[in-house]
Amino acid sequence: MSLLEVQDLTTAFMTGRGEVNAVEDVSFSLNEGEILGIVGESGSGKSVTALSIMGLLPSPPARIAAGQVRFAGQTLTGLSERQMQPIRGPGIGMIFQEPMTSLNPVFSIGDQIMETIRAHERLPQAQLRARAVAMLDKVGIPAAARRLDDYPHQMSGGQRQRVMIAMALACRPRLLIADEPTTALDVTIQAQILDLLMDLRDEFGMAIIIITHNMGVIAETADRVLVMYAGRVIEEAPAARIFDHPRHPYTRGLLECVPSLTEDRARLVAIPGTLPEPARRPAGCRFAPRCAHAEPSCTQAVPALESLEPSHTAACFRARELSR
Amino acid sequence: MTQPLLEAEGLEKHFEVGGGGFFGLTPAVKLRAVDDVSLSIMPGETLGLVGESGCGKSTLGRLLLRLIEPSAGKIRFDGQDITTLGRGAMRAVRRGMQIVFQDPYGALNPRMTVEDIVAEPLVIHGKPSGEATRREVRAMLDRVGLPARAMERFPHEFSGGQRQRIGIARALILKPRLIVCDEAVSALDVSVQAQIVNLLQDLQREMGLTYLFIAHDLSVVRHISDRVAVMYLGRVVEVAAKQAIYGAPLHPYTKGLIAAVPASHPSLRSRGRRVRIAGDIPSAINPPSGCRFHTRCPHVMPVCRERAPALLETAPGHQVACHLTEIPPG
Repeated sequence: MSLLEVQDLTTAFMTGRGEVNAVEDVSFSLNEGEILGIVGESGSGKSVTALSIMGLLPSPPARIAAGQVRFAGQTLTGLSERQMQPIRGPGIGMIFQEPMTSLNPVFSIGDQIMETIRAHERLPQAQLRARAVAMLDKVGIPAAARRLDDYPHQMSGGQRQRVMIAMALACRPRLLIADEPTTALDVTIQAQILDLLMDLRDEFGMAIIIITHNMGVIAETADRVLVMYAGRVIEEAPAARIFDHPRHPYTRGLLECVPSLTEDRARLVAIPGTLPEPARRPAGCRFAPRCAHAEPSCTQAVPALESLEPSHTAACFRARELSR
Repeated sequence: MTQPLLEAEGLEKHFEVGGGGFFGLTPAVKLRAVDDVSLSIMPGETLGLVGESGCGKSTLGRLLLRLIEPSAGKIRFDGQDITTLGRGAMRAVRRGMQIVFQDPYGALNPRMTVEDIVAEPLVIHGKPSGEATRREVRAMLDRVGLPARAMERFPHEFSGGQRQRIGIARALILKPRLIVCDEAVSALDVSVQAQIVNLLQDLQREMGLTYLFIAHDLSVVRHISDRVAVMYLGRVVEVAAKQAIYGAPLHPYTKGLIAAVPASHPSLRSRGRRVRIAGDIPSAINPPSGCRFHTRCPHVMPVCRERAPALLETAPGHQVACHLTEIPPG
């Protein structure tokens, strides 16, 4: 049985223009110890998917309009805030892009880590402290015992992200959701944090969902990849297949539009046009207005995810005829 | 030999930080944001400037245009020393040098129409607003890929990529020779980023522009640059043609920076295979002694803690500031 199952998830937001689906018909599953990468650009719905799983979207304006989320056999959609509490932490932990806004500036990092543990386990103070030091040590904060009484502003961006990871790990979650965990960090620090996430997966066997706009981060971490565009999943495959045989024109464009670090290219292959705003998405295939292969029929209906190979699906009417 | 379009010699910028406090008793400390930087940019070339946050690359870009005043050093533009030019003379020089910022939204006045935004530099430089100016603006918008109907609209009506096109149109309207692109494509989604990179390259070819391209994305810098300068904590540690910087980097920081770029395919994963630069960037307020990179360098030697290495030429056009590559005395 899968650890996490998301089925036909649709999350809607009430806006000035009426109700808009930020995420539509998203389905995927995740096994214990697996790393799933969700890649997409602004407005793709990748973060809303994560927040929907965690039950962290304020309602109103957001609501789960359809579908369900099952974690370790338990249905999460429809649970009350109180029922969700014991699942967040020991079940599913989450880290965000900007650690400074997720940490409380007026409490020491030690207090914040200990509070997280205390919320789920009753331990004497000395043991709480020891566990917090062990967690900081585990995520690579040097002289952890001395840093415990530091405040978030006394740490660098990379160290703050390590603290966030320590807090998420303090409850030994079976699933860690990392939403753009390295986007705000410098490239040398990003490499350190990605190494750390992989080490932790190997050591604790936890599953990870890593959400990013960066195909490089996907290449470094993911076992399997979900590509999202304008609120929908448009392709899913094992990581190597996504890079070697992308079947959706958008996935192909996403891989081609970034310059290479080793090869010279005279000109970048850009995707024309702009990303549609959630309230102004085109009819039919949402990528059609930017797609070089679009035909008039592409704007008639929304293409469903279709299985092209075992464990490889894409939502494109022309996927079969376009692939060599 | 042609002379450089822009040249900096021993450029420095110090900021006083802190100070004040209780009854003003806390002394201010000096932050050396840019420390003894010399570089040159030839006409028509693109010099990439890379480094991590806090390395001083944006400050250097602003210094070169004298948008902020240097604490020491010289700047020459087209052979003319502009370091101490007065306001009026500097205004004339500035027609030839413009800047495009990272956040096009923050850099565009939300209450002005696109026409007024793009025409503003012309008006400031004494061109009367009228039909001729309107035509010029329309032609420039067309050149950067915006329709004429964009003229009456306001910045918030545009997407990030389109707003960056507006910023580029404003920078180009005076027909400058040098453009400083300060993280000009960093905030854009990758599918749109490629459009803007292509646009910048087309405009360079057509208008003979010279770029200082400041960015932290090493792949984009490699793509657009002819030469690349690498900065660390206020200093240039390596400059060379891009093939040398990416193919045969000499400074351990440059090597580590390139090794930290995520792989392009899952089979090339870097974990456990590439040397990582450990730790964080130290504070520029109290930078490490000697070579500023010595606290993170995998090859650190005793001399590195004592003496700062000079930026020396190791091969034609390739300069490095590292004790490992300095020719041993005697």
